[in-house]
Amino acid sequence: MRTPPHCCNATTTFPSDTVSQAQLPSTENAQTPLDRWHRSAGAKMVPFAGYDMPIQYDSIVNEHHACRNAAALFDVSHMGRLRFDGDGSEELLDRLLTRRVTDLPIGGVRYAMVCNEAGGILDDVLVSHLKTPSESRYHLLVVNASNRAKIIEWIKPQLENFPKVTFSDRTELTAMIAVQGPLAMETCKRLFSFDPTRLKYYTATITDQFSKPVIVSRTGYTGEDGFELVVRAEEATRVWENLLLAGRDVGFVPAGLGARDTLRMEAAMPLYGHELNESVDPISAGLSFACDLQDREFIGRQSIANIKSAGPKQVRIGLLPEGRRPARDGCDVISSSGHVIGKIVSGGPSPTLGYPIAMAMVDAQHAGDDQFEIDIRGKRAAATRTKLPFYRRPKK
Amino acid sequence: MSRDKSKLLYAESHEWVDVVEDGGQKVATVGISDFAIQQLNDLVYMELPEVGKTVTAGEEFGEVESVKAVSPLYSPVSGEIIEVHADLPDNLDSLNEDPFDFGWIVKIKIDDESALDALMDFAAYQKQCAESG
Repeated sequence: MRTPPHCCNATTTFPSDTVSQAQLPSTENAQTPLDRWHRSAGAKMVPFAGYDMPIQYDSIVNEHHACRNAAALFDVSHMGRLRFDGDGSEELLDRLLTRRVTDLPIGGVRYAMVCNEAGGILDDVLVSHLKTPSESRYHLLVVNASNRAKIIEWIKPQLENFPKVTFSDRTELTAMIAVQGPLAMETCKRLFSFDPTRLKYYTATITDQFSKPVIVSRTGYTGEDGFELVVRAEEATRVWENLLLAGRDVGFVPAGLGARDTLRMEAAMPLYGHELNESVDPISAGLSFACDLQDREFIGRQSIANIKSAGPKQVRIGLLPEGRRPARDGCDVISSSGHVIGKIVSGGPSPTLGYPIAMAMVDAQHAGDDQFEIDIRGKRAAATRTKLPFYRRPKK
Repeated sequence: MSRDKSKLLYAESHEWVDVVEDGGQKVATVGISDFAIQQLNDLVYMELPEVGKTVTAGEEFGEVESVKAVSPLYSPVSGEIIEVHADLPDNLDSLNEDPFDFGWIVKIKIDDESALDALMDFAAYQKQCAESG
């Protein structure tokens, strides 16, 4: 065996090649404030979007199940955190994002995309409207690590039209921790001066943890209930350890990017570089819910509106490949008439379901088909269309 | 039977080889090492070759998949595949527990012994693992 040539995920390299890198932080990549903690816990570190990141501590499958059954902690400090202060921040972001920002109340969080004029997706983001204890308001934009530099360059020329807006990249000054799982909220609520179980889904607040400020946001990327925290970089290890300690008796574990990927795939959440890229528009990606097209103007609006009225050329669908062999991204999807009509964009084993799952972008005229074939490195596997998401958490 | 891993030969690509002479014919039993299995972790799928297929040393004869990655299996020897361990793909958990006995993958009738010279003994392989791990 060797570094897998067919590996279909940016985070994948043959483990033995990565172990040697795990000894010491690399010089070419950045490290998150939790880097030392990960290494001392024996995490397998891999390069991802310019950062050394833990892909797993123990087993991806165990970390995945811990998240579904108790809770898992993820270091997501590599995600970009961009702050907008001052008059005009709403209007600036409203022009950049597919969702309306001008009516976002304090404490509100919205999922949106940044698109180019053609409607191609530059990034998918979360925008939050926050108020500090000293009563000043600002907006926080959380962007993908891989797109952070691109989005900053995209924003810069827009700033000229909004001279009162102060834009700052807070990524390196802060850390971001996701706590995800059915026991996340109940177990951790006592750690904060504001009870985060009072937060509705997709809302956020600034509170404190042992007298240090922290943003708590009831959001996540696993399909489970839970929250995401932003803290100052120097507080990251203390907060991380407090969270782990709080959940020690109920099964909290640290989890890496490997489990983060299998969890988000089961929840059918898009990952930039897989479901989303600059040649995919929000309608094709199945994200029309994240586009407010009425009575407002934003970059890409006209193109997205045109695609919506004409119908998208491609659609995102869920597939269940027959058998146990996972179909991974890049595999061709073939119609029952034998034509290549799309590609797998994400795929792999589903630890929760126990069989492989895959998402594909296929030509829209095949959106209604039930049966497909997938070309897995030269061998055809039958695949059945299924509804997304593959997994939905049980209602309480 | 119980294979002694310290008596096996190893390929750089982490396959182990147990060569047994049977009636003047050398047969290689091939698997993947405990180190490789531990590194791959969370195995989910294995693709085996057909019996009767001829392979040359260094050629891909199958693949093993973990949750995150597909890893090709390379034949450490040249010859004909005379047996495959058909029960193995459905029992990948057992591969974790018993990589050297239950974990055999294929048996290859060796037709060119020169490839054996390129393999490592256990001490050399351990050294390779220590350097990469």
